[in-house]
Amino acid sequence: MAINYNIPEYDVLRDPQRCIACRVCERQCANEVHSFDPDSGTMKSDESKCVNCHRCVALCPTHALKIVKNPDTFRLNAYWGQNDISEIYRQAETGGMLLSSMGNPKPYPIYWDKILINASQVTNPSIDPLREPMETRTFLGKKPGAIERNPDGSIKTDSLPPQLKLEVPILFSAMSYGSISYNAHQSLARAAQELGTYYNTGEGGLHEDFYKYGPNTIVQVASGRFGVHHDYLEAGAAIEIKIGQGAKPGIGGHLTGAKITDAVSRTRMIPKGTDAISPAPHHDIYSIEDLRQLVYSLKEATEYKKPIIVKIAAVHNVAAIASGIARSGADIIAIDGFRGGTGAAPTRIRDNVGIPIELALAAVDERLRQEQIRSNVSLIVAGGIRNSADVVKAIALGADAVYIATPALIALGCHLCRTCQIGKCNWGIATQRPDLVKRLNPDIGYKRLMNLVSAWQHEIMEMMGGMGINSIEAMRGNRLMLRGVGLNEKELEILGIKHAGE
Amino acid sequence: MNRIDANGRDFRALNEEIRAAGQEILIENCMGQRYIAAGMSGVSLTIQGIPGNALGCYLNGGTIRVHGNAQDQTGDTMNSGTIVVDGSCGDATGYSMRGGKILVRGNAGYRVGIHMKAYREQQPLIVVGGETGSFLGEYQAGGTIIVLGIGSEKKAPVGNLCGTGMHGGKMFLRAEELPADLPPQVAASKATEEDMAEIDGYLEEFCAAFSMEKQSLFDRPFYVLRPNSANPYQNLYTFN
Repeated sequence: MAINYNIPEYDVLRDPQRCIACRVCERQCANEVHSFDPDSGTMKSDESKCVNCHRCVALCPTHALKIVKNPDTFRLNAYWGQNDISEIYRQAETGGMLLSSMGNPKPYPIYWDKILINASQVTNPSIDPLREPMETRTFLGKKPGAIERNPDGSIKTDSLPPQLKLEVPILFSAMSYGSISYNAHQSLARAAQELGTYYNTGEGGLHEDFYKYGPNTIVQVASGRFGVHHDYLEAGAAIEIKIGQGAKPGIGGHLTGAKITDAVSRTRMIPKGTDAISPAPHHDIYSIEDLRQLVYSLKEATEYKKPIIVKIAAVHNVAAIASGIARSGADIIAIDGFRGGTGAAPTRIRDNVGIPIELALAAVDERLRQEQIRSNVSLIVAGGIRNSADVVKAIALGADAVYIATPALIALGCHLCRTCQIGKCNWGIATQRPDLVKRLNPDIGYKRLMNLVSAWQHEIMEMMGGMGINSIEAMRGNRLMLRGVGLNEKELEILGIKHAGE
Repeated sequence: MNRIDANGRDFRALNEEIRAAGQEILIENCMGQRYIAAGMSGVSLTIQGIPGNALGCYLNGGTIRVHGNAQDQTGDTMNSGTIVVDGSCGDATGYSMRGGKILVRGNAGYRVGIHMKAYREQQPLIVVGGETGSFLGEYQAGGTIIVLGIGSEKKAPVGNLCGTGMHGGKMFLRAEELPADLPPQVAASKATEEDMAEIDGYLEEFCAAFSMEKQSLFDRPFYVLRPNSANPYQNLYTFN
């Protein structure tokens, strides 16, 4: 029906002077944008199928292709944007909830960009990380309330609660096998091992080939309990209870049957082709006391050897919720902000539910300190960390470490086309199609992840050195190292920082 | 058989004793200790008294016999093994279990068998002798749930909204009639001979566990509930 014609978001420009009709673009595009016209001997394109993943552009040997914003437009309207109108057409046609992926792309405030980092001048001189020791190692887990000593005066360490040891305060955030490919998972696992940090299985279980990365793996337990069994719990270095996710707070997950291939079925331990439904709530958790029960059931099942992480989405009452979690027996709280990515989430939820991680983090850290329970837990923050400066700001606001996922995927080749939900990722990341998965070479992928995190580690050390700080410990919650620009009183108050110039 | 007196033990100490005690264990004076046998495999436990929540959670083999009632989340995320309860069980019995068996002589609470699954040869089973509360088999994805309604005066021995979101497995209800509020994801019919043959061994096992006469179960009809689709929500979305 003509009414359903949606203006393609992007236009495919092909320079006929450069195009040699080699058909690489056609072979590379799982969305079938490009085709060869034998009559004219030229390439054609159907831009309505283009998601702007740039695969064809990157592989075109003669640089003949450009993907540009389509200038075709509905009548301009400052209130009714093109998306607003197109989405209505789509829903009027199908009756379906709109489904999107990756993080919230809307122009909400980005507090990271309104926070500036301090540096030393003259007094308390800066430290040169190239020639002086600089500690980026950190430990996640419950810390004892007081130092206990052995009779000989040495510090007692044998009764410490279990800790995760990170060489750099960056972990790879939860992404399930199913939502991302085998090769993507392998890249993350190998990189985590090499970097001395951790990756996270998400709620999709652990592939049999990846048990060997167990010491660098966080295994997740979510409401659907997919792939959760004794060996899985034993395999991980830590267990994460997923309560919520920044991209879709308050709702569950739903991996469609089409994505439950043989291998995904083995890992999730469900039959091939059936939907994998993760209900919105855990059906045994209605209170902090119930959460405590799940925490302790996991501790009992693994004999108190592993820290338990509870992951929640950053929502309005996050400080009070975190306070409850810190009393539940959990060792680590992970908070996922509203920019956090996803393989699929209802558009309206992704774009309208949750709060910025910067504010959530500041509020949680402050609340836990006020209640004198901050050392009960470590804090990992997630959801929109874009670079090493965001990491430094997060730690200075009170985080112990950060989770990254979107930057890791970008390092692997993701171009943020935000169409993971259709399962045809041309970069071999968010797909289970074997011909696409093999495009991501894990031997290259893990090195790119290592490069990224090592580069960030060096930058973090430079910034720390500039501040005259030589350990993550000394930077954590050190809000005096931060100043706000262009923030109002309330925002400064919540962030617990002064305005620049103060 | 090793005896453990649970009196005065907290759950952590009790589980440590169970791990140390070997395979055949009798726990006496059990008084609400949670997580008993969490994640264990190969133990044969007999419990006198009342175990607390999450009995046999993540259980990976072995048997647990409770001479008394059990509480909530019995057999949560259980992978294999057998739990037999002489009395009644609380809410979320067999939550997300993937394998093994839970046999309850009495009643069970709300959300029994919720999100139960199956995987290859692992075909979990819950048999409840009496009634269950609401939301039985919600999101059931595999396995078999049988509710016998022994002694029940209700026409169907279950609460409200049985089988919401069901997308795998089967439920058998011994009932005068079907629950009135079955959700659209469920297709229900009288059990055929073929259906009954499928659960005959299960009924046999249940009756043997509690010294009951199997024949006495056939004075009421059995209904079988199946999912309408393995993909009940596939038309819920449109790609944006």
